[in-house]
Amino acid sequence: MAALRLAWRRWAPRTPHLRLCLCRAGSTARSPSVPERIQEKRRAALLGGGQSRIDAQHQRGKLTARERVLLLLDPDSFVEYDMFVEHRCSDFGMEADKNKYPGDSVVTGQGRINGRLAYVFSQDFTVFGGSLSGAHAQKICKIMDQAAMVGAPVIGLNDSGGARIQEGVESLAGYADIFLRNVLCSGVVPQISLIMGPCAGGAVYSPALTDFTFMVKDTSYLFITGPDVVKSVTNEDVTQEQLGGSKTHTAVSGVAHKAFENDIDALLNLRDFFNYLPLSNRDPAPVRECHDPSNRLVPELDTIVPMESTKAYDMLDIIHAIVDEREFFEIMPSYARNIVVGFARMNGRTIGIVGNQPKVASGCLDINSSVKGARFVRFCDAFNIPLITFVDVPGFLPGTAQEYGGIIRHGAKLLFAFAEATVPKITIITRKAYGGAYDVMSSKHLRGDVNYAWPTAEVAVMGAKGAVQIIFRGKGAHAEAEYIDKFANPFPAAIRGFVDDLIQPATTRLRICRDLEVLASKVQANPWKKHANIPL
Amino acid sequence: MDKILPLQVHVKMADEAVCVGPAPTSKSYLNMDAIMEVIKKTRAQAVHPGYGFLSENKEFARRLELDGITFIGPDTHAIQAMGDKIESKLLAKNAKVNTIPGFDGVVKDADEAVRIAREIGYPVMIKASAGGGGKGMRIAWDDEETREGFRFSSQEAASSFGDDRLLIEKFIDNPRHIEIQVLGDKHGNALWLNERECSIQRRNQKVVEEAPSTFLDPETRRAMGEQAVALAKAVKYSSAGTVEFLVDSKKNFYFLEMNTRLQVEHPVTECITGLDLVQEMIRVAKGYPLRHKQADIPINGWAVECRVYAEDPYKSFGLPSIGKLSQYREPLDVPNVRVDSGIQQGSDISIYYDPMISKLVTYGSNRAEALQRMEEALDNYIIRGVTHNIALLREVIIHPRFVQGDISTKFLPEVYPDGFKGHKLTDLEKRELLATAASLYVSCFVSQQVEVDGTKLNVTSEWNLASPLLPVTVDGTPRTMQCLSRDAAGNISIQFLGTVYKLRILTQLAAELSKYMPEKVEEDTTSILRSPMPGAVVAVSVKPGDMVSEGQEICVIEAMKMQNSLIAAKTGKVKIVHCKAGETVGEGDLLVELE
Repeated sequence: MAALRLAWRRWAPRTPHLRLCLCRAGSTARSPSVPERIQEKRRAALLGGGQSRIDAQHQRGKLTARERVLLLLDPDSFVEYDMFVEHRCSDFGMEADKNKYPGDSVVTGQGRINGRLAYVFSQDFTVFGGSLSGAHAQKICKIMDQAAMVGAPVIGLNDSGGARIQEGVESLAGYADIFLRNVLCSGVVPQISLIMGPCAGGAVYSPALTDFTFMVKDTSYLFITGPDVVKSVTNEDVTQEQLGGSKTHTAVSGVAHKAFENDIDALLNLRDFFNYLPLSNRDPAPVRECHDPSNRLVPELDTIVPMESTKAYDMLDIIHAIVDEREFFEIMPSYARNIVVGFARMNGRTIGIVGNQPKVASGCLDINSSVKGARFVRFCDAFNIPLITFVDVPGFLPGTAQEYGGIIRHGAKLLFAFAEATVPKITIITRKAYGGAYDVMSSKHLRGDVNYAWPTAEVAVMGAKGAVQIIFRGKGAHAEAEYIDKFANPFPAAIRGFVDDLIQPATTRLRICRDLEVLASKVQANPWKKHANIPL
Repeated sequence: MDKILPLQVHVKMADEAVCVGPAPTSKSYLNMDAIMEVIKKTRAQAVHPGYGFLSENKEFARRLELDGITFIGPDTHAIQAMGDKIESKLLAKNAKVNTIPGFDGVVKDADEAVRIAREIGYPVMIKASAGGGGKGMRIAWDDEETREGFRFSSQEAASSFGDDRLLIEKFIDNPRHIEIQVLGDKHGNALWLNERECSIQRRNQKVVEEAPSTFLDPETRRAMGEQAVALAKAVKYSSAGTVEFLVDSKKNFYFLEMNTRLQVEHPVTECITGLDLVQEMIRVAKGYPLRHKQADIPINGWAVECRVYAEDPYKSFGLPSIGKLSQYREPLDVPNVRVDSGIQQGSDISIYYDPMISKLVTYGSNRAEALQRMEEALDNYIIRGVTHNIALLREVIIHPRFVQGDISTKFLPEVYPDGFKGHKLTDLEKRELLATAASLYVSCFVSQQVEVDGTKLNVTSEWNLASPLLPVTVDGTPRTMQCLSRDAAGNISIQFLGTVYKLRILTQLAAELSKYMPEKVEEDTTSILRSPMPGAVVAVSVKPGDMVSEGQEICVIEAMKMQNSLIAAKTGKVKIVHCKAGETVGEGDLLVELE
């Protein structure tokens, strides 16, 4: 591989490292001076659990807590807190000097990501397996408190064996202290968890409370109880990977939002993801310099929706074609794939996109897709990110599995989320908008600011065949054509003002960019309340 | 036969468009009843059959004739005479056209094929009597290959032409494929419009064509032209047609076949002669006499045509791929470029038709200029969403042998004996690429200095990340690269000199730490057989439990009307067969697993 050196000046002003002051106080056999002890402690802290454990960490294909922080943050921007904190446990021989590590099992501090402030904690697996002591929890709480105060996101890099068993209830208390702050910070500053090793037992609830949970493929696990306990309790044979690996959580459980190949990939992607987020709920969505003309026409959209309404197409094609530079950071790409959610930019400004995916299960709404969509919409609303919704939905998925699972309750979440959202909301109906699902998908009735329909749109209670069967009890085959003529088009919605305009698909980007400009000054408030009662 | 919305290019361009049927060609473009119906409905007076499909179908021409509709092409007699390889050869012989030694008759079975092949002497070519375009054509070097070739060719011939008759002739090793464009009218006149050099082929299908040929001297050109015209006159040929010749290294030429239609590569002839062949075809079909004399036909400059295909050139010089053209822009802003295509951004390249995206033609006052423009045009051609063969085209046109004109129909296998592997970067090109990629990763200053392995380079660009084209100047050399993708993890793929390079740009820290990242295990691909392309399974030759030896045929996939035999990569026992005959499969679909 060729070595590259760049004139590297992209990053924001450097925050200098704390400079070490090396003062030698004579060479007689005295106990070390304070400056010497400081230096020694710092050196020890930098080594974490020692070279052999660092090597073992590398052998597992994982980076150390400090390497991760350095990769995540801009060069020379990391400011570390609490390097001298040590655990306070005096049981089971823990009080011995050899069992004390400066900084204990977590590295905390703040720094910059592309020049923007972020607080970060990185659990150190080389120190007691990254286990959570009272001191460890206290360090995390300290940065969370400050992050909430100054208004900057918190990023957690999780790699921990769980509670510090030697500390007993103090460790549990530590978890709860973190949970409380996760909850209090929720909707105040973005919170992101990146699982980079084990995360088991009570520890899982902190990532679960954060806004986004990402995982590293093959080296990270999330579960309430590990395979051994599962075996002894339920007699079920399961591997770590099957029980709580990245595949399980990104595709089956929906606990994690995305998985990355390895530590480096994950951290670099996290930097990219961070660029989309505002720093806090008081911050507007960030705007980046944009080379992609906001008035760019997208001619291929004119032909993207197939003539046959039964034929699928890929909603991602529409999204990629419309957004700036085809860049779309998809959230939960492998879970509930019948709905697509993620971040992109329009004319440089971050937006959240929600779209039905006709390619998967016809883009219907079911329990999983409703919950996935609802959580995303609420994040965007909490952090001032405008919502763009692309609608091609044949309705809610029928059947006992869905009804028994509570589709009514879960579908209501998406409805609730769209209805309460006060950020700019722009909706484009590309094809089907049938039944209750039409209402749910950011319709005009739920305070959609600008609602468009493409010429291919059909806004109706249901498809023509079913409708005619109900209206004429099976006797009106001739009426199907009439129904199609009446309802399988965008006019019924347009003449009532339920869509603001019927637009040529090629102009969609231009229209959205223009509307976002106008809606940037939108002010809308919900009635005063302690908090709403979303149907959980 | 409904009215259709003008969404496709060919429909948009037409004044009136009628749908002749669904995508499978047997139900639309090959469906004579449907087409006759449309002719009646629209009261068309004449039909231009284009190329492929029914363009050389005498039955179609006859039906038009019966209904009093003009077929813009030769009359049925000429189509029939030239469409049959055996008859055309006899006609050529009688018209004193040089022909290849071979067996003048239909081969009955594999045994007879072997006997005849031995008589003529190996190597021999087995081909479909009704064939064309490389379909149903196999070369055999020994008895075994003759038997195998006989089987394949007759199957392919049956499926492509509905006629499994085969013939065998001497195979001329290392020949050039040079063809003469002829144009005749209904008054007994015929002209030759110079030659086209079509030697760059893969699997007997043309890839790069040019006019004129670097190989012909004026005497040979005239001799070939005159023989071609003699043949045309012998069959009273009254349209544009092409007489194909094989030319050996001593400039001996042999009649191969005559195509009684417009050729795909006709634009290069139009470029150097200034004639609009389609217009001339329409004129003579109407009954007008030719407006040119032989002496009026010039050779003005040089023209090159590259067939831009939706194919993966890294798999046997081109296996079809399909997909949607997510981004597509033809390099029409490069001067002296002509692009003939029927697709646009958003179009689908489907399994139903030939996977050709376009014909990219450049011309100039001499060959070097035409080739220089072709390089530029290929660099500026934006195709996303489907795999394409631009890498191969660009390598061919800059290859020293091609540039010198030292080519034959064996060019590709000779130049790339282990298959096409893409452009091999020189040290300088490598530095340019790395410097550009690194600058792109940072992309904040218009001009940046990059140090690559100790050499400093100045990289200047606008860095418009929204544009698929990446024009850069590296140390004063202007280059047009294309950034195909880049992600947050520093993975960048750049198309440079036609070939796509995958690069990873990391900060020094990330690069140092990369050594700790686990290597992901790739699946062992020798024990599984995946479909290399989308298509239909024609036959599965094995069942679970069978022992197969390395190289043995496992199944046959038909895609784009080509039958492809898939073979075992190792010797072993068949574990699971995932496909059955008649199924359609996608690229990468698992077909058969070995133990």
